Amino acid sequence: MQAQHEETALIQVRNMKKYYQAKKGLNKLKGGNTYVKAVDGVSFDLRKGETYALVGESGCGKSTTGRTLLRLHDATEGEAIYNGKDLFKLSNKEMNKVRKDMQMVFQDPYSSLNPRKRIGNILEEPLNIHNIGNKSERTDIVMEVMSKVGLQVDHYYRYPHEFSGGQRQRIGLARALVVDPKVIICDEPVSALDVSIQSQVINLLQNLQRDLGLTYLFISHDISVVRHISDRIGVMYLGNLVEEGYTDDVIENPKHPYTKALLSSVPLPDPNVQRERVMLQGDIPSPLNPPSGCVFHTRCPFAMDVCKTTVPQSLNLAGNHTVRCHLHDEEIATDEKKVVNA
Amino acid sequence: MTTELLNVEQLRTHFYTEKGTVTAVDDVSFTIHEGEIVGLVGESGCGKSVTSQSIMRLYDEYMVEYEGKIEFNGDNLLNYPIKKMQKIRGDAISMIFQDPLSSLNPVFTIGKQIAEPLMLHHKKSKKEAYERAVELLALTGIPSPEKRVHEYPHQLSGGMRQRAMIAVTLACEPKLLIADEPTTALDVTIQAQILNLMRDLNKKLQMGIIFITHDLGVVAELCDRVMVMYLGQIVEEADVKTLFEQPLHPYTRGLIKSIPQMTGERKSELSVIKGNVPSLTNKPKGCRFSTRCEFADEKCIEEMPPLKTHSDTKKVRCWHYEEIIAREEGGHVHASST
Ligand SMILES: Nc1ncnc2c1ncn2[C@@H]1O[C@H](COP(=O)(O)OP(=O)(O)OP(=O)(O)O)[C@@H](O)[C@H]1O
Ligand SMILES: Nc1ncnc2c1ncn2[C@@H]1O[C@H](COP(=O)(O)OP(=O)(O)O)[C@@H](O)[C@H]1O
Ligand code: SF4
Ligand code: SF4
Ligand SMILES: [Mg+2]
Ligand SMILES: [Mg+2]
Repeated sequence: MQAQHEETALIQVRNMKKYYQAKKGLNKLKGGNTYVKAVDGVSFDLRKGETYALVGESGCGKSTTGRTLLRLHDATEGEAIYNGKDLFKLSNKEMNKVRKDMQMVFQDPYSSLNPRKRIGNILEEPLNIHNIGNKSERTDIVMEVMSKVGLQVDHYYRYPHEFSGGQRQRIGLARALVVDPKVIICDEPVSALDVSIQSQVINLLQNLQRDLGLTYLFISHDISVVRHISDRIGVMYLGNLVEEGYTDDVIENPKHPYTKALLSSVPLPDPNVQRERVMLQGDIPSPLNPPSGCVFHTRCPFAMDVCKTTVPQSLNLAGNHTVRCHLHDEEIATDEKKVVNA
Repeated sequence: MTTELLNVEQLRTHFYTEKGTVTAVDDVSFTIHEGEIVGLVGESGCGKSVTSQSIMRLYDEYMVEYEGKIEFNGDNLLNYPIKKMQKIRGDAISMIFQDPLSSLNPVFTIGKQIAEPLMLHHKKSKKEAYERAVELLALTGIPSPEKRVHEYPHQLSGGMRQRAMIAVTLACEPKLLIADEPTTALDVTIQAQILNLMRDLNKKLQMGIIFITHDLGVVAELCDRVMVMYLGQIVEEADVKTLFEQPLHPYTRGLIKSIPQMTGERKSELSVIKGNVPSLTNKPKGCRFSTRCEFADEKCIEEMPPLKTHSDTKKVRCWHYEEIIAREEGGHVHASST
């Protein structure tokens, strides 16, 4: 199933950071500014035509990564190269042009659909914003997209509250598709849906990708969904990308201790499997005050002394598989063993 | 089999609403035994929470009408005066929810919330009650319980709050614990910890657990037995192994087939169940699943199938499951199991 995409990057994200300023009171308390390090130096390529999944637990920075990329808020640092230009340096006017190419789909499309507008008007809005076509051409485009996502013609005149969760997600997708984008950032697009509806929407996403040559950045905490839909996976923990590779490699042969724990925690719908589980102690630390060294060291069952002080660099393993963990750095790992043995 | 703890018979829960009376739970019968963990699964709105809240009689009695029997310790809870019902709640039967903040009181320390009912229902001294609170917090795996016992709910992280709530519910040593999606809002690594805890406590304390979830993975991992609900009814009941090995009802079969897998060949396309769950005000007259079932015929549309006993451990509500399975799997349905 692993589609071989050209390894050309459509978007190159480099050392992207997004820090939010913490609440005023907190700053005073601590004397000076404190920051929530939501995304703390993330680099990855989004390749043309692929589905790149970002996985990780809540608060690890997946949504912030997606939103920063679309410049829904400003990046604190780093760059994102698209068509030879850094998205973060574009003027607002230039960025608005790029927005036509990059759309977003949310977990709960309902909250972003104006309850007083008919579906037809909601879907025509992006065309108005980007000045595409005249009135009748716009209606044609909307009708065509509605049929692509499995909505019926008479839905054009209905209001958002008249739709079920699955249908609303189709509307959210249609709204992204009307401007004929190249990239869609899907932020937990099926997480709020029931299993039987979830599979309908996943199939739709895949068919649209095939027909329209779309590139997806697929954000999800559901690893079995990600395994099904993605070509490559990036695993995030506390604002860091700790592992990246082809989906099958990451799922079958995870390298980072956090990825191992995460994968082994997913309950399998098969009562006959008994798995060895990597249990993690405690909770995720606060991004206000992330641990020194390796951000995972407070929960890592394999943590060594060096992990508390030294930030692991991204290491390239065979097969485009990268990992940020000292265990895979031969020099450090052997040194550390000497220390342990001494 | 061990002693029966709870026996629900032909339970119907009707709500009086502006749009008329709606029946959210419609002919539900099941039994829970001491020490067993029974999963209640189904899609959003199928009646899982209403079933459990009916057992506790948590709805405003002016807005609701119950029919049937809910036998606990041989008594029909539906006949209890409200006062007597209040004594059962949080004592012999306890409930935990998805959002721990909704059932933990924000203005009292965790310790007080555990100790209070012990002093009230079980005549413990304050000192004894607080000692027990520390023990229970330790039992649920909360680090430094002597310190946490004096903290307020908002001072705990999500996973710890869920543990604290479990500690509160365990204080009176309930015989039956109803857990309504207690891990749905948690991350998987924390969920794994809580599921372990539930399993341990179930073994140690021999309480019966009704575990409500929409996650079939959680069911497979935790439960001994499963009941699958669809639109207010139980459509299939089985021990967990056979439910996954040979699901009988077309809905269960569709559900299991449509979940993306973590192992084996990746499929190019997922199987789907077509359409949507109908609303309560627009329920199909015959089989509730007939609007989405690919095998529906005239009889299915006209007549509601009963929950039929298929074997010792399996029940199913479908007119045609035997033919369907014979056709799909080219074999017979084994009437015996385990
Ligand atoms: N107080 C009420 N008055 C009227 N209808 C209600 C009431 N409570 C629940 N219902 C309806 O009863 C049906 C079953 O609801 P219930 O909360 O049991 O679903 P559930 O299976 O727990 O779903 P979820 O997975 O979303 O929690 C739904 O259609 C719901 O809208
Ligand atoms: N607008 C904001 N202001 C302050 N902190 C935020 C804001 N948005 C997100 N955060 C914080 O940034 C971190 C990452 O959040 P998010 O990207 O939403 O995580 P994910 O999508 O992986 O669950 C979290 O700690 C979150 O609380
Ligand atoms: S660097 Fe150290 S603490 Fe971090 S994941 Fe690797 S072994 Fe664990
Ligand atoms: S009774 Fe008929 S409609 Fe209902 S599940 Fe069985 S075959 Fe399908
Ligand atoms: Mg998010
Ligand atoms: Mg519920």
